[in-house]
Amino acid sequence: MSDKLLLLGDEALALAAIHSGLSGVYAYPGTPSTEITEFIQNHPLAKERGLHSKWSCNEKTAMEAALGASFAGKRALVCMKHVGMNVCADGFINSAMTGTNGGLVVAGCDDPSMHSSQNEQDSRFYADFAMVPCFEPSSQQETYQMTRDAFDFSEKEKLPVLMRLTTRMAHSRAVVKTGEIREENPLRFSPEEDSRRWVLLPANARVRNEVLVKQYLELEQESAKSPYNKLTKGKDNSIGIIVSGIAYNYLMENYPDGCPYSVLKISQYPLPKSLVNELAQQSKSILVIEEGQPFIEQKIKGILPTPIPIHGRLDGTLPRTGELNPDCVRKALGMKELEAGKKSEVTVPRPPALCQGCGHRDFYTALNNVLKDYPTAKVFSDIGCYTLGWLAPFHAFHTCVDMGASITMAIGAAESKVHPSVAVIGDSTFTHSGMTGLLDAVNMKANIVVCISDNLTTGMTGGQDSAGVGRIESICQGIGVAPEHIRLIVPLPKNYPDMEKAIREELEYEGVSVIVCRRECIQTAKRHIKK
Amino acid sequence: MKKDIILSGVGGQGILSIATVIGWAALDQNLYLKQAEVHGMSQRGGDVQSNLRISSSEIYSDLIPKGECDMIISMEPMEALRYLPWLSPKGWIITSSAPFVNIPNYPQIEEIEKELKKSANLIKIDSEAIAKEIQAPRSSNMVLLGAAARFIEIIKKENLQEGIKNVFMRKGEEMVATNLKAFEAGYEFAQKSL
Repeated sequence: MSDKLLLLGDEALALAAIHSGLSGVYAYPGTPSTEITEFIQNHPLAKERGLHSKWSCNEKTAMEAALGASFAGKRALVCMKHVGMNVCADGFINSAMTGTNGGLVVAGCDDPSMHSSQNEQDSRFYADFAMVPCFEPSSQQETYQMTRDAFDFSEKEKLPVLMRLTTRMAHSRAVVKTGEIREENPLRFSPEEDSRRWVLLPANARVRNEVLVKQYLELEQESAKSPYNKLTKGKDNSIGIIVSGIAYNYLMENYPDGCPYSVLKISQYPLPKSLVNELAQQSKSILVIEEGQPFIEQKIKGILPTPIPIHGRLDGTLPRTGELNPDCVRKALGMKELEAGKKSEVTVPRPPALCQGCGHRDFYTALNNVLKDYPTAKVFSDIGCYTLGWLAPFHAFHTCVDMGASITMAIGAAESKVHPSVAVIGDSTFTHSGMTGLLDAVNMKANIVVCISDNLTTGMTGGQDSAGVGRIESICQGIGVAPEHIRLIVPLPKNYPDMEKAIREELEYEGVSVIVCRRECIQTAKRHIKK
Repeated sequence: MKKDIILSGVGGQGILSIATVIGWAALDQNLYLKQAEVHGMSQRGGDVQSNLRISSSEIYSDLIPKGECDMIISMEPMEALRYLPWLSPKGWIITSSAPFVNIPNYPQIEEIEKELKKSANLIKIDSEAIAKEIQAPRSSNMVLLGAAARFIEIIKKENLQEGIKNVFMRKGEEMVATNLKAFEAGYEFAQKSL
């Protein structure tokens, strides 16, 4: 039975996972990956089968839980945005060392051009680093098919498979034809003779390392045979083009009647050297078109036997940074720009802003009022909606780096004699990566004020469940913050005097204070009222 | 035949509902479709756009190349101007005339109107006012879609109406009727202003 559905790339991946006999999805929300898990949470078959789909505290706990499911023989999916790969890197890289049992697919969604992110890192480097296969689809249909194949491939190779999507694939819709629905795997462990690999003591790990290095070379043969990697010969040999993932579409967009050059389309890694060599032998130069960082371009510099000019992001033929589009690819192919309208001089940027009526607004207003009297204060913020408080009119803080860095940077600054040293963190970010930092602060007796701007949800990604709802104060108390220095305030204009009094008192206290500033996100509140 | 459309506006104005209706109709007519959306940070009151490509043959790029956009459908006049570098010289602009001012340096509306008038193929419609007038204040996006309907060509008016029925069905009969009424009001406005 086959259905035709209009799906986002994220949704195609999610549906393929369900159809592949998935038993659980493990994830922390992050643009552009959030919709994968949300799709599974709402899918009737996932509900009927009772598939695990609750949000995890962070990407590391998600990765490890999925590995546990794989250990038990089940098929599991882990989803995250690219920077989440950093958070789960320990688990991810060591899941290649242990290897897998049930199929394990890791969806890493990269965000070139940084539409909603702090950097442009490319997850293909992680796959190569960990020595695991990586699939990079170029269409929504391919996303569906490849995800299904990724589960099978993972079980065949006993390795996790990284599915790399980029924003434009994750968040673009097209028609997808679906396939058969597979049953879930039964509970089934690795056989006794193959069970040592799950215990990464050095003696076992050294053995595994040899196996993995050898297997990675064999995976290259698999890539060379893969139907997803295809060399198509062209008439004109002046350029040979290597193109990966979604960049393939931007290439073909410019040649509606077929590309005159030889094209090597790459969608499965490790990079097949034999195909790259075959292309190089029949071409006078190479152009590499890839979304993200110049991963293939750097790789092929070391594998071609004869010198041949290589063009791409590194020599400026394509922009070194930012998302690709049909226009910059067109330019790289030496074609003339199409006639178009001119950029309007009247238009001004319209950056995102905190919603009207949002509690973060009232919190920043009160904080700014108090800090007027403390000109030496530094404020360390974190990742979430409240990061928008850096913009006008609040200009409320000095740093935003990564999940949880507010508390820990505040500690380091306080110990360097910054006073007052204030951290601002959301509830979901606090349970993601802030709690361990708070324990450091308590143990070090750091003189900081931690403001947890608690809107009872994961706001920026659209209002997903937040792990610590109802327990923020007890978590802080359990970590060791003195109960009298855990304060609760409600961010509303009428409460400004009370809020400011509490903030001022805690700034004057020498030690760790936590101010929980709690009011529900107005977006989720609106939804609750509708229900 | 193909149609490349840029939908634009400010986060929360309902451009994705317009895209969903057109998308449903395209699928129903067995056309190829690609629709790139903006999710995440920009949805918080920032500028948002969706590239919608519909064709009778296979579509490669999810993004519309510069100069190939056949029409800009915009919920906000300044946001319509933002995408001029993508508009084909023969392309249409169908935009709401009501400015959405949530930034301190929003330009003078006269400046925006002057710039819009440089385009030969322009439909400017106060979709918000029309929506209020017909007691459908939350359906100004469907008024705008109605105004754009005759220019979409590759999808017939009736198919778009079918799309509205299907997309809003789960919100009840009344919602369907209100949105169809809004669509029709926009359609008539465009017809009169030609």
